[in-house]
Order: sequence, then structure tokens, then C-alpha cells
Amino acid sequence: MLSSLRTGVQGVLRAASRNIQTSAALQHDSLFVHRDTPEDNPDIPFEFTEQNKKRVDAILGIYPEGHKRGAMIPLLDLAQRQNGGWLPISAMHKVADLLKLPRMRVYEVATFYTMFIRRPIGKYHLQVCTTTPCWLRGSDAVLKTLVEGTGCKVGGTSPCGKFSISEVECLGACVNAPMVQVNDDYYEDLSIEDTKEIIEKLKKDEKPKAGPRSGRFASEPLGGLTSLSDPPTGPGFGIQDALK
Amino acid sequence: MAGVLARVIQRTKPQLGIVGPLVAKGNSNVPVRYQGTQKQPEGKQRGSPLNDSDRIFTNLYGRHDWRLKGAMSRGDWYKTKEILLKGSDWIVNEMKTSGLRGRGGAGFPTGMKWSFMKKPSDGRPHYLVVNADEGEPGTCKDREIMRHDPHKLVEGCLIAGRAINAIAAYIYIRGEFYNEASNLQVAIAEAYQAGLLGKDACGSGYAFDVYVHRGAGAYICGEETALIESIEGKQGKPRLKPPFPADIGLFGCPTTVNNVETISVAPTICRRGGAWFASFGRVRNQGTKLYNISGHVNTPCTVEEEMSIPLKELIERHAGGVIGGWDNLLAIIPGGSSTPLIPKSVCDTVLMDFDALVAAQSAFGTAAIIVMDKSTDIVKAIARLIMFYKHESCGQCTPCREGVGWMNKIIYRMVDGNASPKEIDMLWEISKQIEGHTICALGDGAAWPVQGLIRHFRPELERRMAQYAATHGPSKAERLY
Repeated sequence: MLSSLRTGVQGVLRAASRNIQTSAALQHDSLFVHRDTPEDNPDIPFEFTEQNKKRVDAILGIYPEGHKRGAMIPLLDLAQRQNGGWLPISAMHKVADLLKLPRMRVYEVATFYTMFIRRPIGKYHLQVCTTTPCWLRGSDAVLKTLVEGTGCKVGGTSPCGKFSISEVECLGACVNAPMVQVNDDYYEDLSIEDTKEIIEKLKKDEKPKAGPRSGRFASEPLGGLTSLSDPPTGPGFGIQDALK
Repeated sequence: MAGVLARVIQRTKPQLGIVGPLVAKGNSNVPVRYQGTQKQPEGKQRGSPLNDSDRIFTNLYGRHDWRLKGAMSRGDWYKTKEILLKGSDWIVNEMKTSGLRGRGGAGFPTGMKWSFMKKPSDGRPHYLVVNADEGEPGTCKDREIMRHDPHKLVEGCLIAGRAINAIAAYIYIRGEFYNEASNLQVAIAEAYQAGLLGKDACGSGYAFDVYVHRGAGAYICGEETALIESIEGKQGKPRLKPPFPADIGLFGCPTTVNNVETISVAPTICRRGGAWFASFGRVRNQGTKLYNISGHVNTPCTVEEEMSIPLKELIERHAGGVIGGWDNLLAIIPGGSSTPLIPKSVCDTVLMDFDALVAAQSAFGTAAIIVMDKSTDIVKAIARLIMFYKHESCGQCTPCREGVGWMNKIIYRMVDGNASPKEIDMLWEISKQIEGHTICALGDGAAWPVQGLIRHFRPELERRMAQYAATHGPSKAERLY
């Protein structure tokens, strides 16, 4: 302790320019607090559509009595889908009313999970995975192409209001890296050309072909199967004696 | 994240001491305490490629119909009623015989986990929770199961549910997997319509429901208690254990949390027998396993192979080899991002199973192999993983919330070499202060990659620092410390 103090003092004396160390400010992709804006404030009413009200009942139905709170994440997701991909504060209030919970409990959840987006977002949310397995296969180039192609900064929305780009953590398609998620669909095995094509199609509001772009169907090795080339075995194959 | 983060493999020797004798076979008059580095017992010494007829996931690549009709033609839902009627003890016993260890990463013996639920009932219902929150970088096996073989999972839920006497299963699937969740939902609806689930599942008189719950993008929800919190509609922050979920879990009731792959292999194990499953792989590492091979290989793929297969053989056989040949290999992360990397010298001979990788100072994890060739900036690769953990830390425990941030700062300076060689030990020290001092094992998972990097690539770190000092003069850290 004393020695570390001494080292510290010496350090300060040696380099007086050293800054006082502090913990990092809480950093996140998005702001944790709510600020009233013209697009998002508690005075804007939010109501589930008739169709979604049926979905709300179905969602509530799968949780036992007394634990209806479990429906919070599905309900927030439903509200976000209804509201064009982002979650206004009035929708959170609506969910709190439905679940008979203090609003704070809903805010807690809505700020914790990264899929709840609490500010207006473009029509197409391009989520680029840049975690190591994708990075090894060239996700930086894909991200750069998207940024140049849409004119939109990472974490922002393009001037046309159509695209938003996020750099996200592993999306669980590492074997098909690099990949981009556009709204609900995965676009995998991307090259620069594929990425450009996807942007062009989206600009024209056409739906690009989802899935792997390298010519394979799913996660099999490209260029010929190394397993599962025999037809699958039928019912009862190799069944143990106890069940015969 | 599944359970790579549970601490069974590397940390809890007392637990392994309990586990060892129970899963051990053959004569054991002397109580044996197994550790990964100890001598391997008799039996198979290594795995070899499987025959197609021994593969469990026959529709892994989606070449056949994934819906009920197709699944039944491949043997799913065959004699499920008979299996259910055999009863809970029989199923648990089959799982124990099979030697199946949880496929989410921690490798806890599944049969034993299920047997924890066999306490006398106190009136509370039991629940099965399936962990489909697959988010560990490198891992993408559960996705293939859910979109191409969902009926294996649904049937597995029913059989596992019977084994632990559960009334319902909740499948917690990560929010980003929208299309996978919809396939799964279709499969469940088909099973209900065919009378395979519901009040009288498969005509066995056993009532069982399966629900899908979509998450909303948080890696930490792959930790079993965080997952339970998340289903309950709270922030996904892990709970302190004990009480373990087997006592107080979902909605305050006894709960078992299992990985998708663990649940999905259960029906086949019951049908073909635990002994069949146990015939693959080395003792205590039995069975077949889905491997994900990503990164710098010619043909990245997901493949089902025997446990204990040599890593080199696996990569050369299925992934078309490392780009530029095996000699171009730099290092491999063998079990998903939280496992320490192993350098080429180890990769040459290591077997892919729990014990062999622990002996190589790494871990089996989820068997997600991330291959890095010599063109890789290895420090950046690990730094990017630490950034992942910094992003995904739930912020509940100080060592993880603060420590991972510090590690992230230091290691990103080390990418450029703007650091002092003394900081390498400092970084090691920080990682050791995080490891084991947090509620869940995300902290451990963040610490291990850094430790692996320092263990095997210290000269590379020092080289960068020397290079930086040569061009820019001594780094600020060098002047300060």
C-alpha cells in the first residue's frame, strides 16, 4: 500500500500532466434518460390496434396468474413493431398500465435491452455485426460500404430518413460471416458487391434476397457436403431393445 | 452465452469431485477425484468421424422438410408415447448412462441436473426453461436446430419435461432470431394440432405446454438466472446462487435450465439408448456434438461430429483447412469467445473435448471454433472481444462493470503498442481480480481471453510496445509507471 502510494506520488511528480483517474462515464449506444421531444413525449397518445389487442391477450395468456409481468418484453416488442420500429415513452406507459406496474419498472426494462430503440429510427435498421468472428471475415469493409452507400453515420439515421446503421455485437451467425441484419432478416456471407446490391434494392424499397449470398443454402460447407450426404434414416432406426 | 459462463469447468474442484465418481464407469473401489489434467481412464482415446447414420441432426443444413411431416419421416416423434410411459426415472437413467454433459458450455452432466428435480413435491409446479439465447461470439449451433430441426427441440422439451415432472417449458430465444422463432412457433403449433403436446401429450395422459418467449438483445440473458429474471419481465441481471434454480427458479418454482442442443439430443438418446450415445468420445466426454467452425478457414461450416475428435482433423475434414494451409495458422479460440485461445503448437494435437481442452488451459465451451491465421492482428481480435464484454456487462457487480472497462482501455492501447510492458502484468492482475469475484461468470468469460492472450502472445505484445517506442518515443504509460 505504502509502496504503491510512493510510486503514485513519484508518478505525479514525474509527470505532472497526468490526469486524475476517474471511472468511465456510463457509456452506451444510446441515452439512458428520456428527453421530451416533439416526436416522443408523454402527451402523444399510444393505443394498440385491434389486431394487436388480440395478440396482447395471447401473450398475456402464456404467463401464470400473478406473474403477468413476464409479458413485458413481448409487449414492448409488439408496441415497438406497431410504432414503426421504435418505442415511444407513451407506449411504455401503455404497457405499464396493461401490466398494472409502476412506470419505472417498464423504463428499467426498456433501457436494459438493446433491441428497444427509444428514438425515431429509419425504415430499414441495418445492424452490422463487427464482433471478432465477423471482423475476421471482413465486417469492417461491409460497415464502410454501408456507411458510404447510405450516407448515414454509425448510430445515426440517413438524411433521407430511410436507413439507420448500428454496429452491434454478435448476432449468432458466425459461420456465415460477415453478416448484416436488416429489420428481421439476416443477410449472410456478404461481399462488398452484395452489400451494395442490398443498399440499392432497399433504396428502391425492394426486398433483397435474404440468407447466405455465397451460393450455399445455410451453414453447410461451400463446395460440397462433407457430412449428411446420405439420405436420413427413417423412424425406428437403431431403436433400443427396451422400446421395441 | 449459454453456460460457458458457469464455472464448473475451471473453477469448482469440489463440484467436479462430486461429479467424477458418479459419471465414472468401471471398477472404482477407490474414490476418484477427476481433474482434466489427470490420467484419462480406459476406453476410447480419441474420436473419429461419424457415419451419417449416427448423426442426430439429420436436417442440420435444411435440405429436407423441417415441418412435422418431414420430421416424422426422419424418425422424430417415433414412440414418444412409450418413452413418456417409461416414466421419469427411466428417462433420467438413460441420460445418466449416456454421459451427456450440458452443451451450453459448462458441461454439467445433464442426467444429474435432471435428478435434482426429483425432490418430494411441495405443491409448486416445476418448469423447464430452454436456453436459446445464443449469443456467444462464434456460436451459431442452436440457430440451425431451431430453424431446420425444430421438432427435435419440441419433442426434447416434452421428454425433458416428463423427466423433471414439469408442467410447461419456456423456450427463451434471443430477440434477433425472429425467423428462427417463427419456425419454432410453427413447429409447436403443429405439435399441438397433432395432439403431441397439450393436455394429453402423445396420448400418454401427461399434460405439457411449450411456450416461446423472445428476448430483446442481451447476451447476459444466456446466464441461467438472468434468463429467468428476463422471462419474469425484469432486467436480465443474474441472481446470487444459492438458492439454485432447482429450488427457486422461474416464478419462484423449481426450474431446470438447459441448452437447446442438450434438450434436442434427449429424444434420440432415449430412442437409441444411452449406451449408444456413450459409445462416442472419450470417457466423461461422451456423445456427438455440433461444432461451429468460423474465421479464417476455407469453408466455414456447422457440423455434427463425435466428441474428442482432433481439432486439426475436424478443421481439415469439414472446413476445408485453414486459409493458406495449416502452417499459416496463428491461433484458435476453441469454444466460443470466453475460452482462452490456444496457439498453433497446441492446436496440432489437441482433442476437442472438455478434459483435453482444460488440460490445454482452455475450455470446451460451446465448441465454437474461431480460427485465426497469420494475417490476423491477434491483439485487436482479443480487444474486440473485450469490447463485446464491456458492452454486454449488466453492470451489477463492480469488478466486472469497472474492470472490463479498464481492460478494454488498456488492451486497445496495446493494439497500437502505446503501453508499457509493465502494464501486461497489470492487465493480468486486473483479469485475475475480475475472475471469480462476480455473481455470474461473465466476468470470468471476459477475463479468460485476456489471460489466454498474455499467456501465449506476450512476446507479440512486447514487440508492439518496442516498435511504438521506437517510432513515437516512450509511451505515456512508460513514463508514468
